[in-house]
Amino acid sequence: MVAKKYIKKRNIKMGLQDSLVSIFSYIIYTFFAFVCVYPFYYIFINTLSANDLSERGKVLFWIKGLHFTNYVKVLKIPNLFQSFKISVARTAIGASLTVIIAAFLGYMFTRETLWKRKLWYRFVVATMYFNAGIIPWYITMRNLGLTNNFWGYIFPLAVSPFYIVLCKTYVESIPIELQQAAQIDGAGTLRIFFQIMLPVIKPIMATIAIFAAVQQWNSFQDTLLLVTDSKLHTLQFTLYQYINQASSLKALVSATSSTSIAATLATAQTATSIRMTVTVVVVTPIVLVYPVFQRFFIKGIMIGAVKG
Amino acid sequence: MNILKDKKKAQSYLEFLYILPFIVLVAVFSYYPLYGWIYAFFDYKPPFPLTMDKFVGFKWFISMVDNSTKVNQLLKVLRNTFAISGLSLMFSWFPMVFAIFLNEIKSRPYRKFVQTVTTLPNFISWVLVYSIAFSILNSTGAVNSILMSLGLIETPKMFLQSSEHVWFRMWLWLTWKNAGWAAIMYIAAISSIDEEMNEAARIDGASKLQIIWHVTLPSLMPTYFVLVMLNLANFLSNGMEQFFVFQNAFNKEYIQVLDLYVYNLAMGGGGYSLSVAISILKSIVSVLLLCLTNAFSKMVRGEGFL
Repeated sequence: MVAKKYIKKRNIKMGLQDSLVSIFSYIIYTFFAFVCVYPFYYIFINTLSANDLSERGKVLFWIKGLHFTNYVKVLKIPNLFQSFKISVARTAIGASLTVIIAAFLGYMFTRETLWKRKLWYRFVVATMYFNAGIIPWYITMRNLGLTNNFWGYIFPLAVSPFYIVLCKTYVESIPIELQQAAQIDGAGTLRIFFQIMLPVIKPIMATIAIFAAVQQWNSFQDTLLLVTDSKLHTLQFTLYQYINQASSLKALVSATSSTSIAATLATAQTATSIRMTVTVVVVTPIVLVYPVFQRFFIKGIMIGAVKG
Repeated sequence: MNILKDKKKAQSYLEFLYILPFIVLVAVFSYYPLYGWIYAFFDYKPPFPLTMDKFVGFKWFISMVDNSTKVNQLLKVLRNTFAISGLSLMFSWFPMVFAIFLNEIKSRPYRKFVQTVTTLPNFISWVLVYSIAFSILNSTGAVNSILMSLGLIETPKMFLQSSEHVWFRMWLWLTWKNAGWAAIMYIAAISSIDEEMNEAARIDGASKLQIIWHVTLPSLMPTYFVLVMLNLANFLSNGMEQFFVFQNAFNKEYIQVLDLYVYNLAMGGGGYSLSVAISILKSIVSVLLLCLTNAFSKMVRGEGFL
């Protein structure tokens, strides 16, 4: 009887502690979620609010003086549309090339018949673990004529060892009988890849495609090192210039506002409005793509972890 | 029989021909740059081509230690690298604890929501992070506006143009960007814990905290161990992008880590050869660290991570 009472008392105490843990978790994670969401939200509402209020930091929680002029004006900024095209082009071309090469090499490295298979596999994978450094890399790119060249964004990232490892692991999980059957039917190495393997390994290719696309879209360092021609600047680089070179932004402000006579204080472009609007333009593809493809991302990190 | 053998051999060479273009790409973009290491032994001034009369042997390596201003500079850079990597290492448990308590949120949609929004920053570039930081931290940004309206400060604080707590603030931004993503690995590990273990502990009268301490935490330790080892292996490599975008005249003393220093030295000061010399030393130490941590991991868990 006494023991039962003791257990009951203990259970109440524990129950209290458990609910405290629960409540604490809810509070702290609401805070974390806020810290991650609010900056995006803050910038977004500022791009839609009256620019004179936004300039003075008066727009904090909701839109004040809704207008869409910022987004219309941003299209008129010289070079920005060009940067957008470059970013889209490198993302589309770069990611497709990376994926198809990773799939093909991932498949080829599972073929027992490949001459010196293990050696070449190691030759590729070893590059994950060393790096010559930025100066030697820059000199190499210059010698190859890939500075101030669009293909300088594409070729160095085309063969990615990590993605090849992911593909190889995936191909290995598929019954070998599938390949053997096709071989008996007389299909060659390439035909087996295009007609048998490609449809089967689509899930891993989707995962890699998204990773590679995000990587291309976000890439900044290669523009910084290799490109001086502003026609080849990416969105990331142009945005960086807008933040860091207040003087060039001021020039932009006067250039864009002089084109519109009817610009009032609320819709006239300011350094802040241009900076924030461009930020929204650069971040939007990621924010739209990420939640939809989240499961692919998670799958990617898990496959990587199994290997790693 | 011979024909069959020849055919097989031909097939294996043919398959090699298929992958040859890609092997060449790897050789050109990953191995050929290593040749550039010879610039560390020359007095290289671009765009003039290398000639033998510019050969200086180990001059740049020696100059790192025989000139007291350079030694001081290098020591400062190393101090920053160690401080920032050290902070990351010290708080490397954070994503694990993040995952553990996230699991205590019983409402599934809310848990998914928190997970999604905290993972998002991982997928934006450092330039965007900087742009966001600039927007909320500049003199008219959200943080200053809120602090001033609450009466906590009188005049706007210049958060980005200050040399105070640079290492800690860099760690905060890194955590803001990466913690949610790093937690995913632990979340998966938690969901693979045998539910019967939790059940048994609950029947024995364990509280939530006790279950976390005695069941969840021990089963996450192997994952944590591997990640700490990887962290150690990358101790000298903070990357340069984060520090490049956040650097300015005010915080340069504290923000310049090894990777950024190598860049600034070459691109800002024209010290190509010295910069290559430093990155060679860095690469050698990094590879050694990788081998050491891998060997240590083999010793402790019976398998490495390479």
